[in-house]
Amino acid sequence: MEIFVNGEAQAFDAPLSVADLLNRLGLPRTKIAVEHNLEIVAKSAYDTHELGEGDRVEIVHFIGGG
Amino acid sequence: MSASKTDKPGDGLVIAGRHFSSRLIVGTGKYKDYAENAAAAEAAGAEIVTVAVRRVNLTDTQAPMLVDYIDPKKFTYLPNTAGCFTGEDAVRTLRLAREAGDWSLVKLEVLGDKKTLYPNMIETLRSAELLIKEGFEVMVYCSDDPIMAKELEDMGCCAIMPLAAPIGSGLGIQNPVNIRLIIEQAKVPVLVDAGVGTASDAAIAMELGCDGVLMNTAIAEAKNPLLMAEAMKNAVIAGRQAYLAGRMGKRLYADPSSPLAGLI
Repeated sequence: MEIFVNGEAQAFDAPLSVADLLNRLGLPRTKIAVEHNLEIVAKSAYDTHELGEGDRVEIVHFIGGG
Repeated sequence: MSASKTDKPGDGLVIAGRHFSSRLIVGTGKYKDYAENAAAAEAAGAEIVTVAVRRVNLTDTQAPMLVDYIDPKKFTYLPNTAGCFTGEDAVRTLRLAREAGDWSLVKLEVLGDKKTLYPNMIETLRSAELLIKEGFEVMVYCSDDPIMAKELEDMGCCAIMPLAAPIGSGLGIQNPVNIRLIIEQAKVPVLVDAGVGTASDAAIAMELGCDGVLMNTAIAEAKNPLLMAEAMKNAVIAGRQAYLAGRMGKRLYADPSSPLAGLI
């Protein structure tokens, strides 16, 4: 299935939880936040929160800023 | 005098019930690298650093992250909404920031124009209301208009942060009269945010009675950022001390420092 991660279409095998996605991308869950179809996903729900075809996921972190 | 007044516990900065001994907040943008950034924050003696929220780089997920250099356990991270032009963008960004870091203290900054980066006060007021309803503690970047500042304070913002001059301009305090008016009416801390260029600008802000100063470019774009960070630390302390000391009155003519009585 195709999922838009930070605006880019990427193909993944279903089923895919947020935790699975972070593992595939190699991102540490402690340093980021995830939004799924404009809704925040709580860190505690990463293992159970499933993603589906055409979903939009934003993964953000803190960078330098003023 | 051995200890300065600013060293006394009673003279700390209190924002939303949190106590800070430093009155200088520094940004973390525009540095050569995160190592220099961390060293500058340290040299500035800052306890709060502003940070931005952005997409992670998916092509290099092992790239160093800010949290690896500036420890969120040691510094209070103040997530900002820099780059947001609508209330919705700002609220969305800060919800993500809260989830990433679990902090409710935030810096709201809703811009109205790409060239001046002047705040859009209509959107700022709207966003502040939304954020406060969601339990955020909002430090708000705003214009130096005392009426707007009062509206934001009445709404429940925990700190009012008027600009001294446009973001990144380094022009210093352009309207000291308005900054002074905002300080006099405010019951929450007032911090000059944006526009400071050098140490004297920071000292002037503090002498006016500001509770603190927030800056980024003045340190990051100095030829020697670490030395400037230290200069800013000293300027904020000096300005605060001068404010507490109460300056002498100004006179049009000279007044001799040596007594005239007993002249030979």
